[in-house]
Amino acid sequence: MSDTVLLDAYGIAKSFGAVHALTNARLRVRAGEVVALMGANGAGKSTFIKIITGALKPGSGQVLIRGEEVRVGNPAQARKSGLVPVYQEPSLIPDLDVTDNLRLGDTPKESFRKWVEELGITDLNMSDTIGELPLATLRILDLARALASEPDVLLLDEMTAALPADLVERVLKVVRQQANEGMGVIYVSHRFNEILELCDTASVLRDGETVGDLTIEAGVEERAVELMLGQKIELGERKITTDLRAHSGNPRVKVRNLAIAPKVTGIDFDLYPGEVLGVVALEGQGQDELFDILAGFYPATSGLIEVNGKSMSFKHPADAIAAGLTLVPGNRADALLAQRSVRENIALPFSVRLPTWGALKLRHEKERVQFAIDKLQIDTRAEGEVQRLSGGNQQKVTIGRWLATGVETLLLFDPTRGIDVRTKRQIYPLVRELAAKGASVLFYTSELDEVSLACDRAIVIFNGQIIDVIDAKDADEQTLMRAAYGLTSREGVA
Amino acid sequence: MSDVIRKNAWVAGLVALLAVLLVVTKLIQPTFGVSGLESIARAALPFAFATAGMAVVVIVGGIDLSVASMMAVCAVAAAVLMERMAGVPALLIVLALGLVMGFLNGALIVLTRVPDIVVTLAMLFVWEGVALLILETPGGAASDWLEQSIRGSFLVPGIPNALVVTIICVAVVWLPIRRSKLGLSIYATGSDELAAFRSGVAIGPTKILAYSLCGVLCAFGGLSLAALTGIGEPVPGPYLLASVAAVVLGGVVLGGGRGSLLGPLIAVYILRIIRTILTLLAFDPNVTTIIEGVIMVGVVMLGTAAMMRGAQQ
Amino acid sequence: MSLASADSMMVRVGRYLKDNPVVPLLLFLFLLIGLLEIMRPGIVTPYRAGRDGIVSMFWVGNLIKFAIPLAMLAACQVLTMLTAGIDLSAGIVATVAAFVCATLSSIWGVAPATIIALLTGLLVGLVNGFGVGIVRVHPLIMTLGTGLITTGCLQVYQRLVINAGSEIPAFLAWLGTGRTLGLPNGLFLFMPFAVFILWLMRFTGFGRLLFALGSNEKATKLSGVRAWQVYLALYALSGLIAALAGLLYLGMIRQTSLSLANPLLLPSVAAAVIGGTSIFGGRGSFAGAVVGALIIRVLDTMLTLMQMPEGARTALFGAIILAVTAIYVRLTDTR
Repeated sequence: MSDTVLLDAYGIAKSFGAVHALTNARLRVRAGEVVALMGANGAGKSTFIKIITGALKPGSGQVLIRGEEVRVGNPAQARKSGLVPVYQEPSLIPDLDVTDNLRLGDTPKESFRKWVEELGITDLNMSDTIGELPLATLRILDLARALASEPDVLLLDEMTAALPADLVERVLKVVRQQANEGMGVIYVSHRFNEILELCDTASVLRDGETVGDLTIEAGVEERAVELMLGQKIELGERKITTDLRAHSGNPRVKVRNLAIAPKVTGIDFDLYPGEVLGVVALEGQGQDELFDILAGFYPATSGLIEVNGKSMSFKHPADAIAAGLTLVPGNRADALLAQRSVRENIALPFSVRLPTWGALKLRHEKERVQFAIDKLQIDTRAEGEVQRLSGGNQQKVTIGRWLATGVETLLLFDPTRGIDVRTKRQIYPLVRELAAKGASVLFYTSELDEVSLACDRAIVIFNGQIIDVIDAKDADEQTLMRAAYGLTSREGVA
Repeated sequence: MSDVIRKNAWVAGLVALLAVLLVVTKLIQPTFGVSGLESIARAALPFAFATAGMAVVVIVGGIDLSVASMMAVCAVAAAVLMERMAGVPALLIVLALGLVMGFLNGALIVLTRVPDIVVTLAMLFVWEGVALLILETPGGAASDWLEQSIRGSFLVPGIPNALVVTIICVAVVWLPIRRSKLGLSIYATGSDELAAFRSGVAIGPTKILAYSLCGVLCAFGGLSLAALTGIGEPVPGPYLLASVAAVVLGGVVLGGGRGSLLGPLIAVYILRIIRTILTLLAFDPNVTTIIEGVIMVGVVMLGTAAMMRGAQQ
Repeated sequence: MSLASADSMMVRVGRYLKDNPVVPLLLFLFLLIGLLEIMRPGIVTPYRAGRDGIVSMFWVGNLIKFAIPLAMLAACQVLTMLTAGIDLSAGIVATVAAFVCATLSSIWGVAPATIIALLTGLLVGLVNGFGVGIVRVHPLIMTLGTGLITTGCLQVYQRLVINAGSEIPAFLAWLGTGRTLGLPNGLFLFMPFAVFILWLMRFTGFGRLLFALGSNEKATKLSGVRAWQVYLALYALSGLIAALAGLLYLGMIRQTSLSLANPLLLPSVAAAVIGGTSIFGGRGSFAGAVVGALIIRVLDTMLTLMQMPEGARTALFGAIILAVTAIYVRLTDTR
């Protein structure tokens, strides 16, 4: 590792409306250095990456590559300045073949083929259509294309996520080799074993701020986890409730061997009435698919779902709703009618079935809507347009919809993501109250301290399976984080 | 080799269908011969150009509802100009006119950020109005040589002139672009706009180029209309739905990024021959229109369903 | 977090226009009427006599009379545009309904003829609804296609009944051309119709679903809405409305024609767009569309007075639709 600084980003801040994605992020990559970029879900990694690669303009701060400022909005220009990213989604054109893709990006053909072979793909046919190639191959091709353009700094975003072990090894070897020859590398990953093997240093993001730069050596995992969690400023009730409901009786929802390619390999758990069951997982471990299946968006390819003892197969969310499962999705934009009023948003499920298409029962609706607004302390009149509300209030509206209709099993997917602290504090007791009244809640959260605040138990999903079940009293962030990273050594399944 | 066949399976199927239909025609009407082919090729001219233009725009991932109106503008412009000036300059002006109209369509789509369907719907009416302003009622006169160029088969013995003209005009516009980087950009933009952007494609100018090409092809279509009727008619013909149907039938996916112009062109002739067959079977011409319409709507429905199924996988 | 308080003037104007499209539209309408009066003094009213002078009743009545079928077709557009759709078959459906009614009246009598005419509208609408809701063809292409097929059917039908005469049902003629208290009788049909549409949009579950589908179809799915049901009902209703408009128009023109209501299609789209209905869905106003229809009639009169050729009128409507939509895109670009 030389002392030449290839990439220098400092003082980076970025806000989207009321949400502060980054407050003070920085990163420095020297020639020959491989830096791991780490952070929990929602820490601001993807925003930071977009800013570094020039896809987004920072609110403040600068990104310098070889001393020159990166200009926004033009990936070609960023590439010319020497920074080449390899994104999570393949950047090749699905309907063109390999040769045409290379022509499009002005990639030197010979160099590309050499890299492809080095990276372990020996049977590539240049006239294969991209759309027909397997995902692993596409990721390698993306990397080969990046390497063929001889970058100064290479950014790899979850490079090994879809790769089999042999290709992973090749990738690490090649990347390390290139680094030894002077290339700088930014390696975004959750996988500690790879970071230990490949990287020289690690930069940790938490809540939009870079909180530490670590040298990679033995024992760094614990320090990294500590940094990623940090000292939470939230004082006050550490546990909203201390009583653990003993689970008598039958589970309301029973899931066995649920699978859907490629992310979910076999999920088993039980959800009892009156319980808040937390779900803990890193990004993309299968939790999105799990919730989508339970909410009825598409059926699993195999496995069993039982609700109140009856086997269920949902072909449409209406089926799931009829079975009492209602979803509050991770992305507010998916659940909200932005231009419509709060009232219309909350009352939407009332008009779903054919008999309800006639005259609205205005008084009943007003009552239920007001009930939801009051319960959630939504900070507005019922007539206000939803898109003008703050993020926290918008989230409350999505929850309020089911509150007004009546909750039996509530599927909450990261409900407090990007929400201000005050609103978060209002949501936890509400969730507990719903459970106290007999509802079941499946609560996926990317903020680990919420588990002990709101949940009775937590299941941990890793690589499409449940690898651990943790009681609330044991659910401190350290334990949960280690479990989420697959670092747990416990054998324990529901 | 098998790769080539597989990739072109759809077009091969269309060619086979075309051959079958020709045989059927011959069976129904044993006297069907060169002149029959000539009249089919002539009648297909405006449809072919409209379809070619539509295909380019669909490949880039968009759609252009104003093709019939642009053709009408070019037809009346040709008729009016050719009454007053020599044929060749008039022809060039009309081609330029088509280019400008297509360019405007594309530019409005890119600059206003209003969806292509809405912009081209509005422009459909704008161009229709322009056509009416140029010629309020059918009139003007197309040059003689223009009318002659699509009759008979003297250019290439045995093959109808109309067909030769169609192939040459479309080829002149499309072939140079297709294998160039611009052509790749068009396919890339239709296939995956984000990936194309990340690969360095200038999305805006690419789209504008595609719409401009469509305009030029529609200009050829307008010229062919003038050649067919001898005059200019300001009312747009039924080329919009027909071109969308032919494009879908020709294997170009409505989402973009896939297909070529060859398939849709063959589809145009298939649809024309079907109409001929129905006429030979003494169907009422209006019933023929209905059947054609049903076929076209059916094709579009199947094409949409197939696209949705493909997107889900 | 505090809400953005530093909204620019443009944003505030845009928001006001979005929420209350009718008020500025009415102002615009009166402005146009004023211009018209200036262009041709006396056409509207002698100014000192006030708006309700005898002369003006004629002009006002005429304005309203011809705006009614336009406003009814605009209802088809408003309702379908709420879901980000459109109904380009409305004009032809209206024409067909009128033709069928007139020709069948002389064969089978007025009542059956009227019912069959309305049913044809319903049928075309159901086909549209099937294509849009179940096959998910884009509404523009689907309604274009059914429109063309319907035109073909009309031509075939015309040949079949070419020997039968045609009879304009008396009650339609009364609705179309008669006057009560100086105002056109068409209002007897239109007023309840307008009330129904306004009620449908504002006070029914169906109306809520239309707005919801256009606003965010994914969110409606999440809430359990089966979209195909709504689309089927929507386009069927649109077809029915178009048929009704056609019948009324038949009473007004009192002549059968194979392209009776076709010229009304484009202006009906323009009226809806001018009236504040977004072609992207989720937002719309029938009251605005009614004012839009009036505006279009006044514009039409002005253009005729200026001896603008038909081509200019058509081009102008297209330009208006594009301009209004582009402005709305600009103003609502906070997404």
